[in-house]
Amino acid sequence: MMILVVAESEGGALKRHSAELIGKAASLVAPGGEVAAFVAGASGDALTRELGRAGADTVFAANASGNDARSGQALAQPLCAAVARFAPDCVLGSSTPFGADLLVRASMRLGVGMASDCTGISVEGEKVLFERPVYGGAAIAAVRLLSSPAFASVRPNSFSIPPAFDKLPAVSVVETVDAQGVRIERVEESEPGMVDLAEADRIVAAGRGIRNAENFGMIRDLARALGATVGASRAAVDEGWISHDHQVGQSGRAVSPALYIACGISGSIQHMSGMRSSKVVVAINSDPEAPIFSRVDYGIAGDMFEVVPALEEFIREMRRK
Amino acid sequence: MKIGVLLKEVADTESLIEIAPDGKSIIADRIQWVINPYDEIALEEALRLRESLCGPTATASPEACRAVEVVIVTAGLVHAQETMRRALAMGADRGLRIDVEGLLPDPFFTATLLAAACRREGFDIVFAGKISTDAGWGQVHIGVAEMLSLPHVSPVEKFECDPAFKEAVCTRAAGAGVKEMIRVRLPALIGCEKSLNQPRYVSLPGILKAKSKPIAETNASELGVEVKSAMSIERLAPPPERRRGRMIAGRPRDAARELVRLLREEAKVI
Repeated sequence: MMILVVAESEGGALKRHSAELIGKAASLVAPGGEVAAFVAGASGDALTRELGRAGADTVFAANASGNDARSGQALAQPLCAAVARFAPDCVLGSSTPFGADLLVRASMRLGVGMASDCTGISVEGEKVLFERPVYGGAAIAAVRLLSSPAFASVRPNSFSIPPAFDKLPAVSVVETVDAQGVRIERVEESEPGMVDLAEADRIVAAGRGIRNAENFGMIRDLARALGATVGASRAAVDEGWISHDHQVGQSGRAVSPALYIACGISGSIQHMSGMRSSKVVVAINSDPEAPIFSRVDYGIAGDMFEVVPALEEFIREMRRK
Repeated sequence: MKIGVLLKEVADTESLIEIAPDGKSIIADRIQWVINPYDEIALEEALRLRESLCGPTATASPEACRAVEVVIVTAGLVHAQETMRRALAMGADRGLRIDVEGLLPDPFFTATLLAAACRREGFDIVFAGKISTDAGWGQVHIGVAEMLSLPHVSPVEKFECDPAFKEAVCTRAAGAGVKEMIRVRLPALIGCEKSLNQPRYVSLPGILKAKSKPIAETNASELGVEVKSAMSIERLAPPPERRRGRMIAGRPRDAARELVRLLREEAKVI
């Protein structure tokens, strides 16, 4: 079996979710199979070594420079060229805004089916099944693709990273990109250093109970103490207390952190669907009858304005020990 | 000028989703159907574009304005007409429904159907939601762009068109709060994000007007599209449910201290 993985990097370092996917691919192809990584732009020595440690046998680098290396549309042709050269059974990427753009464009260009936003991949006999949440997570569909190669995008944090491999992949360059009418002129970071919700390992989120924008300061403080990303419910975003980049739920982002702390969030169906794949969920809400309490691992029915600062204090204390 | 909007009807996110006995589909008879919320945002953006060209402050001539229309295109069953009527009540001029009765459209096939219809219409720009809230593939709009050889930008949070209608400048949400300012050549396809706008409410005059607006019908064979599936749904299962866990009692400070202990010693996540 041959699997091609679209790998994402930032500042020359491999993204965690890409390492996850390459590791998963390595476990699916064994033994005798091969894993290739596709990267946008030149693969520097450090990145190539990282790709090898993650489990890649070979690397295809698209000849892209500047902002073209960010454009899914511009990279579709080089990805199709890598598919033609490598002839994989399966092409995987992360379901990030970049991955979604690129994989959908390329799969449509090749005229093959794609399973998007998957949370699991399993092999049953000869069949590869892709599991993905549907109806906002109210059901999980197992999808089989009838065309080859099978394309799939996978939610970050869906797989654990295996121990490092001892591989040093050979790099070959695939064709230059064609921006096709789309030019990324400028890139701005609205919140430098923010970890994307979909990739976050820990999230502290607040809802209507936070009452105003200023009080999000308390949530940010707790998030900083934990090394977490700040999330929000639709109510808090619609009130204008925080930007849509932070919204968790059906009209925001689906998240799968190891730890999700929901403060002052009652737990609408739409919010629950976005946080469903979190591993450990904590809720803090002054209403003991809030629906969210029926779906958590740990709950505190109390005033978050007292609980959250205390939590921050004890976490900092624990870290000092 | 023709502005296209791809519109899907979806189960309202409040609907109770029950898996049918075949284990591959859902029980559809108790579902409340609505316009996919992201497509509603796409429609709102299309209507605003039309207003900027032909509204009270616009400079286009009356003849030019008569030629500007917003057309909604849906691949759906007969009952999709009701949600299409709501889109017409919001202000779209006419609808085109591609009938999919008896078919099981996957995103590739749906994109093929919609692209064929859009090609026939010859849209100058196409708006669509970035994803549907039911199946959530997020593929159809990009597929339509690909099949029509159009550039696309998605998900878009800000959209501005130049008056000559040669290009648009979009702000794309690239994740982690990163924004890309993208200049795109028109015609193009724009995939819409929630933060792009706030869709208008349907007014009573709008509802009355919508009754007389046309919804044309077509189908795969009329569009010259070969029916084929790129995937099969092998099974649909309920998700593993999280059960009510432990409530931590006590005064706020004590509860917080206990929670930190549990997260560290029991859950081992900090």
